[in-house]
Amino acid sequence: MNELIRQLTQVQLRKDIPDFRPGDTLKVHVKVKEGSRERTQLFEGIVIRRRGIGVSETYTVRKVSYGVGVERTFPVHSPTVERIELLRRGKVRRAKLYYLRRLRGKAARIKELRKS
Amino acid sequence: MTKAILGRKIGMTQWFSPEGKAIPVTVVQSSGCVVLQKKDAARDGYEAVQLGLGEIRPQRAVRAAIGHAKRAEVAPPRYIREFRHVPLADVDVGQTIAVDAFDVGDRVDVTAQSKGRGTLGAIQRWNMSRGPMSHGSKYHRGQGSLAIHRDANRVPKGKHMAGRTGNARVTMQNLEVVHVDAARNVLFIKGSIPGPERAFVQVRTSKKQQA
Repeated sequence: MNELIRQLTQVQLRKDIPDFRPGDTLKVHVKVKEGSRERTQLFEGIVIRRRGIGVSETYTVRKVSYGVGVERTFPVHSPTVERIELLRRGKVRRAKLYYLRRLRGKAARIKELRKS
Repeated sequence: MTKAILGRKIGMTQWFSPEGKAIPVTVVQSSGCVVLQKKDAARDGYEAVQLGLGEIRPQRAVRAAIGHAKRAEVAPPRYIREFRHVPLADVDVGQTIAVDAFDVGDRVDVTAQSKGRGTLGAIQRWNMSRGPMSHGSKYHRGQGSLAIHRDANRVPKGKHMAGRTGNARVTMQNLEVVHVDAARNVLFIKGSIPGPERAFVQVRTSKKQQA
């Protein structure tokens, strides 16, 4: 990335983002505007992708809701995300977990990463 | 009131608005945009403000350029452009124009030389459609008929055809200024602007906003 652009966008970066990787399970607290009211919505699932650098970095969280796979992509530094909770670290061997889309139930589980 | 400045395109990124929307922006840097000359109706026949930006190696500057820049007491700039409709009373010769002349929310037009694309076929250049590539078709990427009606016996002037594309003066109108970083002399302009990175660009108050 251009050095000047990196410096200019520094102010937009969030410092309260936990260090997470694909395979980890997150609980994302999303701010939702309903008319004039604002409330927080939870989105809990497995990170299947993290891409980009700087302000443009995004991640995708996948969950299965009532039997339907749901994926949501958030900008890492989005101000609309109130906070991110890291629930579980996953042990995976690739950076993009697209293979989870064809698996369901027990097969779609990810082993927890044990710190050695 | 028209405001104008010269700058260089740095590149694109995104910017979060207060509502949390990610806005695509182009970063334009303008350090040392200087007023070279004011043209007035009495002497030049029209009113304009001449701005300059960038530097050239002193041994590369021709005497005319040095002499011209001397009146504004600056070094000869690399990129010089004139702007009409800027109130002459607002600027002084030799004055540096900073990016904070523009405010967040201002609408601007951005003019620059677009990227040269070389020779392109009619499909890439004008979004024409192609023929089938197989099943015995011999009509692949050609543009087809040029006719307008049965007995015209000519091709209309200006007919879209293949040819040299890009490397032309292009203006993007009515773009929004999303953020101004006065400390680093940088404008964040919503959307894309013509030209490659490091291209010289002209930014001025949008024509669409002038009542």
